[in-house]
Amino acid sequence: MANVTLRNVRKTYTGGFEAIKGVNVEVGDGQFCVLVGPSGCGKSTLLRMVAGLETITSGEIDIGGRIVNQVEPADRDIAMVFQNYALYPHMSVFNNMAYGLRNRGMKEAEVKSRVEEAARVLELAPMLERKPRQLSGGQRQRVAMGRAIVRQPKVFLFDEPLSNLDAKLRIAMRVEIRKLQRRLNTTSIYVTHDQLEAMTLADVLVVMNGGQVEQVGNPLAIYEKPATTFVASFIGAPPMNLMSARADEIKSQLGNAGDAGILGIRPEDFVITDQTPSGGVALPLAVEAIERVGAETFVYGSRAQDAQRVAATPGELPPGDIIVRIPGTEAPAIGARIRVAAVRSKLHLFSGDGRKRIEV
Amino acid sequence: MQKQAIFRSKLLPYLLVAPQLAVVLIFFYWPALQAVIQSFLLQDAFGLSMSFVWFDNYIELFKDPAYFESIVRTFFFSFAIAVSSLAFALLLAVMADKPLRGVMLYRTLLIWPYAVAPPVVGVLWIFMLHPSLGVISRYLRAAGIDWNPLLDGNQAAALIIVAAAWKQISYNFLFFLAGLQAIPKSVFEAAAIDGARPMRRFWTVTFPLLSPTIFFLLVVNIVYAFFDTFGIIDTMTRGGPGTSTVTLVYKVYSDGLLGGNLGSSAAQSVILMILVIVLTGIQFRFVERKVTY
Repeated sequence: MANVTLRNVRKTYTGGFEAIKGVNVEVGDGQFCVLVGPSGCGKSTLLRMVAGLETITSGEIDIGGRIVNQVEPADRDIAMVFQNYALYPHMSVFNNMAYGLRNRGMKEAEVKSRVEEAARVLELAPMLERKPRQLSGGQRQRVAMGRAIVRQPKVFLFDEPLSNLDAKLRIAMRVEIRKLQRRLNTTSIYVTHDQLEAMTLADVLVVMNGGQVEQVGNPLAIYEKPATTFVASFIGAPPMNLMSARADEIKSQLGNAGDAGILGIRPEDFVITDQTPSGGVALPLAVEAIERVGAETFVYGSRAQDAQRVAATPGELPPGDIIVRIPGTEAPAIGARIRVAAVRSKLHLFSGDGRKRIEV
Repeated sequence: MQKQAIFRSKLLPYLLVAPQLAVVLIFFYWPALQAVIQSFLLQDAFGLSMSFVWFDNYIELFKDPAYFESIVRTFFFSFAIAVSSLAFALLLAVMADKPLRGVMLYRTLLIWPYAVAPPVVGVLWIFMLHPSLGVISRYLRAAGIDWNPLLDGNQAAALIIVAAAWKQISYNFLFFLAGLQAIPKSVFEAAAIDGARPMRRFWTVTFPLLSPTIFFLLVVNIVYAFFDTFGIIDTMTRGGPGTSTVTLVYKVYSDGLLGGNLGSSAAQSVILMILVIVLTGIQFRFVERKVTY
């Protein structure tokens, strides 16, 4: 049970590369914090700094009221689940889980009861005597979880623990992890590049990009009010449509838009209609592709009028392309000319460089 | 996919393997067969006549206390050389596995001694430790040690062991380094988080995970110490003083070529041949298995 606070944490590698450029995050007691971002954004480095596996160049990391910058990983009272599980291949499942307890001089009877309890919770009881290589990917993942929970640490750290599993198992384990964390009520920090995993697991979502925090908050709040165009296009699939707010066609519809340079509209906020909602935006589109995935249909259309590029990196559409999500029952024909519109309350406005959200 | 090559002529495949077969037959099977035949023969002192004596050469050999001394000495040398070179190589490999500045330079320098031929190793160590020529010998004597491996059998033995082990460190180092690098770093990190201090981490994680490498190297080192130390012994001590550095292989040479007792020498080679077959068998039986932990 502990808060984890990062205060202006920085990491510069020898050679001058700045991996973490001043991060401030506060994770409350028992909260589940997810660090999400594209690869190379520094999220794993940040987690490893909390674990004590990477040094901290400047700033402070505070676990449960104690500044741990100079504390060895073993003494931080944390447990970590690695992406490749990092099980000890020469030890049985039982010994894998017992290792951390025995290193701390715990009595063998207590070790046995804790490991058996963890094995019961994780449904590993029948395979305690097996070696890791005799287990499936999902079972190894559970052993890695077991090794973390037997220690009853103050904080769990997860470094992309589900990325080596197949899609179906990943969803099942995602739910398992969330249930387990709720029951144990242990503060957790979880790193992933999968925005869906991030949305479903997090109490606190930290969106990172280029070594910096783009936005911190409740996942739904971030979804509804992304602070930057990066967050807008990273959170949500398919990504938010971003277009220049200065194009004549849009400018005239927007009316008072402050000094907004970029307009964002989520695919699901469009409807195909001939009407123009007051204060909203309507766009004529030429349908170029249709993706029917059952419950919903994605329409890829192009706006000939808008050829201006918008500064948003991941998931960026070619300029002028718009994705519209409509119910799975309907689909316009390819090549058809349609008109889509979004109401005023569903419009997101950003400054021209995409770094600032503008509320009007 | 067809793996078998198809030859139109029946002769061609035989011609293609002939050079390899010739090499093996002429340089391995033929001398081996000669040795086996020779080991059943007794030659007179002038090499004029030979008589078939069945197992007399072997029986003589096992009655000879010098042969037993040589066996014990060879096993002791092998053990000492294998253990000391493995231990040093492991220590160096663990050190060189760390992310240090200029680590490639250290690694290259540590691998170099393997390129030095055994007789050259012998000469190098003589330059350092010869009682009258040696650079280090002077300091040893200055420190009050009565250093004279030409007269003191134990010192001569120590010299052989040090020189032979030194040469093998590079080879072992290379395998240990590769073994260490094959272990995912996250396993060590997990152990660090699990509260294992460096020494404990080494004995409970690194060492067991290297055990297949250690076992492989143990067999290789024993074979090395048995057979490949000949060059070192011949340049450094020639088996002396007395017989204090005569190993089984050196005895084959000294009894046969220097002593002229070809029958006994051949019998000794046959015994060594059997030993090599056994060691190779062990290696195939255990080492070829991919995972042994």
